[in-house]
Amino acid sequence: MARMKFLCDADRCIECNACVTACKNEHDVPWGINRRRVVTINDGKPGERSVSMACMHCTDAPCAAVCPVNCFYTTADAVVLHSKDLCIGCGYCFYACPFGAPQYPRVGNFGSRGKMDKCTYCAGGPEADLTQAEYVKYGANRLAEGKLPICAEMCSTKALLAGDGKIIAEIYKERVTRRGYGSGAWGWKTAYKETVAI
Amino acid sequence: MLIKRRDAAARSPRLQAVAAGLASGALDRRTFLKRSGLTAGGVVAIGASLGSVRKAEAIAAHDHSKSAERKMNMCTHCSVGCSIVGEVQNGVWVGQEPAWDSPINRGTHCAKGAASRELVFGDRRLKYPLKLVNGQWQRISWDQAINEVGDKMMEIRGKSGADSVYMLGSAKFTNEAAYLFRKFGAFWGTNSVDHQARICHSTTVAGVANTWGYGAQTNSYNDIRKAKTIVFMGSNAAEAHPVSLQHILTGKETNRANVIVFDPRFTRTAAHATEFVRFRGGTDIAVIWGMMWHIFQNGWEDKEFIRQRVDGMEQIRAEVAKWTPDEVQRVTGIPGEQLKKVAETFAKQRPSTFIWCMGGTQHTVGTANVRAYCNLLLATGNVGAEGTGANIFRGHTNVQGATDLGLDIGTLPLYYGLVEGGWRHWARVWGVPYDYFVSRFDEVPAKGGRPARTAKQNMETPGIPSTRWFDAVTHKPDDVDQKDNVKAMFVFGHGGNTIPRMPDSVKALEMLDLLVVADPHPTTFAALSNRKNGTYLLPICTNFETDGSRTASNRSIQWGEKFVEPIFESKDDYETLYLLAKKLGFADQMFKNYKMVGNKPVPEDILREINRGGFSTGYSGQSPERIKAHMANQGKFDVVTLRAPANEASIGGDYYGLPWPCWGKPEIKHPGTHILYNTNLHVKDGGGTFRARFGVVREEKQADGTARQVSMLADGSFSQGSALTDGYPEFTFGLFKKLGWDSDLTAAEVEQITAIGGNNPDTVGWATDLSGGIIRVCLDKGVLPYGNAKARAVAYNLPDPVPVHREPIYTPRTDLVAKYPTRPDGRQFRMANIGETFQKRALEQGVAKQFPIILTSGRLVEYEGGGEETRSNKWLAELQQDMFVEINPADASERNIRDGQFVWVSGPEGNARARVKALVTERVGKGVAFMPFHFAGWFQGADQRGNYPKGTDPIVLGESVNTVTTYGYDPVTGMHEGKVTLCQIRAA
Repeated sequence: MARMKFLCDADRCIECNACVTACKNEHDVPWGINRRRVVTINDGKPGERSVSMACMHCTDAPCAAVCPVNCFYTTADAVVLHSKDLCIGCGYCFYACPFGAPQYPRVGNFGSRGKMDKCTYCAGGPEADLTQAEYVKYGANRLAEGKLPICAEMCSTKALLAGDGKIIAEIYKERVTRRGYGSGAWGWKTAYKETVAI
Repeated sequence: MLIKRRDAAARSPRLQAVAAGLASGALDRRTFLKRSGLTAGGVVAIGASLGSVRKAEAIAAHDHSKSAERKMNMCTHCSVGCSIVGEVQNGVWVGQEPAWDSPINRGTHCAKGAASRELVFGDRRLKYPLKLVNGQWQRISWDQAINEVGDKMMEIRGKSGADSVYMLGSAKFTNEAAYLFRKFGAFWGTNSVDHQARICHSTTVAGVANTWGYGAQTNSYNDIRKAKTIVFMGSNAAEAHPVSLQHILTGKETNRANVIVFDPRFTRTAAHATEFVRFRGGTDIAVIWGMMWHIFQNGWEDKEFIRQRVDGMEQIRAEVAKWTPDEVQRVTGIPGEQLKKVAETFAKQRPSTFIWCMGGTQHTVGTANVRAYCNLLLATGNVGAEGTGANIFRGHTNVQGATDLGLDIGTLPLYYGLVEGGWRHWARVWGVPYDYFVSRFDEVPAKGGRPARTAKQNMETPGIPSTRWFDAVTHKPDDVDQKDNVKAMFVFGHGGNTIPRMPDSVKALEMLDLLVVADPHPTTFAALSNRKNGTYLLPICTNFETDGSRTASNRSIQWGEKFVEPIFESKDDYETLYLLAKKLGFADQMFKNYKMVGNKPVPEDILREINRGGFSTGYSGQSPERIKAHMANQGKFDVVTLRAPANEASIGGDYYGLPWPCWGKPEIKHPGTHILYNTNLHVKDGGGTFRARFGVVREEKQADGTARQVSMLADGSFSQGSALTDGYPEFTFGLFKKLGWDSDLTAAEVEQITAIGGNNPDTVGWATDLSGGIIRVCLDKGVLPYGNAKARAVAYNLPDPVPVHREPIYTPRTDLVAKYPTRPDGRQFRMANIGETFQKRALEQGVAKQFPIILTSGRLVEYEGGGEETRSNKWLAELQQDMFVEINPADASERNIRDGQFVWVSGPEGNARARVKALVTERVGKGVAFMPFHFAGWFQGADQRGNYPKGTDPIVLGESVNTVTTYGYDPVTGMHEGKVTLCQIRAA
């Protein structure tokens, strides 16, 4: 099976936010919940770079390690998913996640959290594929339809790559070789405990 | 478990914190806005229900277990022309998929394109016609709306004349709707028919067309992949045209191309440049002449290109000689060495392309700026070949097409002039007697010391530009050179906050007898003023709810399919115009060439009529059938050359979208023109020459007082396979006879030419020959119907034939005004243009001391134009919740302004001020402030949310930058000065 990963080429990301709204559109993610976002460093200064961030679907995912109810599971494609039926909204995973991926709807006063929501790699959840039940809780399941995550598919400059880790690493390496610069596969060391040699 | 958790925490770089934008120290725009947005009042949080992501009502619509119908249309935002694939189930647009096959966007989008679906189920659209009654919005029927609007129009026509109804159209129209709207203006009897091109690229069109023939992007987004040097000046494509960056960054990477960004602001485009050149806004001509000073000084110019294809470069050289590196640095602020390096790169590392947008065009010297850019391209031989060119990025989905189709106060469709010949041409195409149109125009009495105009003279006089409509309402009747002031505004798809001097438009709005807004949203026009009566809102659907073609910036025409029926009670532009024309009594004549389905004309028939009359610009070959075949075979076009393989059925050898000029009738299958003026190709392969539009010879005064005749035709340069191997004028039947080419015309063609020409058939030219015969024979001979001339470095018909630097009206550099004053006061477009008076007054009053900060404006990626649509889109609105002003840390600290706090930005005219949040950033230099122009709904501190009809207020409101922008108009087009004025900023 493929080992699905995300790779954001910071030298190409222009912070257009297509990934963010494509995700909202595909899954009808409500106001206040951001499965994906774009982070800019050195904003307005030479060296300004942007990176599109979401759940990276880590190897040995820290969220899974801290979850008190064991709601996380990893699919055969190495996509980290969770069950909203099991989730108790404790927020541990948010503290564990190195990427700030888990999101919680506010459901009442005193900051009480609803069930966690995060990027599913457009792979739905534990319910049967392409069912209404899955769609209501987790959004679309593009992987089951043979498609890749919509954020990467619609990326304006093709900065955000999604797919089998080996293939996207190869694409990135080729790019870097051709153009002669590359700031590295952002977040890979943390998420996948490896990096793209360039 | 705990061990692992510590593991994770110890894997130091706290990416989580960086991701949240908190620990890096730098506060980026996103974090700034997100934080401020959390406490913002007016924002309605759209909550999630426990545990599920989707709102319940949307679920019923999208059934993933069933297949959906796929339809294709275009993104309605910028001009790149991204295809959008919509999935439709049960008449509802339920999903958006990547349009992989489009050679333009290859599946991708920006934030706006990826959020398009919201436009068609957004609940903030206008749902039914509304009328303002004593300050309250009342629901009315379409019948009532059309009847009352029509009656009121006729009443105003009777009292004040046809010119008192101002018709503001839209760059979001389809080509067919744009053309219908212009035709509607002709039948009504006014030339005051305008749209967003006035405020975006009117100066480009004027400047470029006056240089080499056509006012459009010479190459394409895709072709930039071939450039070795890419210059942006006053263009922030990363935010305004994000998908273009796909091509540009690929070019940058594969060619190791130089990307040079000139801007007063370190833009997101600059962040991806190899060289960023900061300069003082409004000094473009000085910058360009400064570059050319180095080019001429070092002999880097393309001498052979200039000799063969450029007229008048010596006069430019004389002006350029004044711009020594010292003077350039003094005026623009660019260090001499940096400019020299950039000039050398541009001249030597070819092909080079020059890209500009509103940063260049929105100035009192906009046309002159554009002409300077063209001169830089001409001097270095960077026009008419792959990887070169004036890549003008236009701003709306169909601003190119709407301009082409005559939503312009100075032309008829396809740039036929407002002269008798132009009117007769279209009267012929429309099948309506010419005299009918004469009868529809006002006679203008003599007033203000100006002579009277007959109806015929009035129909040949340009109308009032959209930048001045409010002056045409409020100024004394004697100052407005038409029968009476403007009494009614007819706004079809145009924001009310995109034109400077909003306090003046508020006054005008309150004086109007009638205001009609036909739009998917109420727009700022509806909410800005304290009107109580006489306002009608007509709900118009988006382009996703109708069929029609759109012309992208690169002149490619694409056909968009209707995804779903117009939602709520909205109607499309075609039907609305038909209903109004019917009410006003000219629908039978105006719509007689179209098949009607109910009240809707068939857009294909409208395009066919455009084809029949569109020879001048080569809009003649793009039949609906051909364009639709392109849409169906998108994947077969090459992503760089945009060409389909020769052996493909129905599209073989075509360029994608048949970019105009697509010569002759559809049957002769011209492939379109990917790159204008490209002599390396045969005209049948899309080759071209510079257009012979300005005569054949000119007189040049010599030093000894004598005059010399100088040929303006090309010298030894011609397109591939041309029967004529030197310059030649444009073709007429008379010239055909001289060349003996008339024998190649068929009898039917000659008959039609003779019929058109009447007593003098020799004057019938390629553009008025409705038989298409002259063009057909020209193609066979390998010549361009419009002739083969030199490009004009000097445009003798313009106010500054050789562009000269002129200080902005409100300049901080008062020391330079004496040497570089703005143009003298004058009159254009029925109005006075008194920039000089304003500049002098500003000097006398010491405005630059009270208002020391240069204020400029621009786009954000999430929003577009006036922002009515995009600020109502919840997926976009969430990303950008507050209006702000970017201010340099030094200016902020002098004023004790903290990041994120409210400030007052005040302008030098009429105590105008705007209350916005401060974004303290080095993105702008010291002494410069920037505000985006997409916001409205707050006015001088007052929240106007209550002025919108209930439920139609955009999610995000904010102050408009144009509340504080000021006077200043380009003399050639009436373009406003939107990029340089002065302001003061104080903590609120």
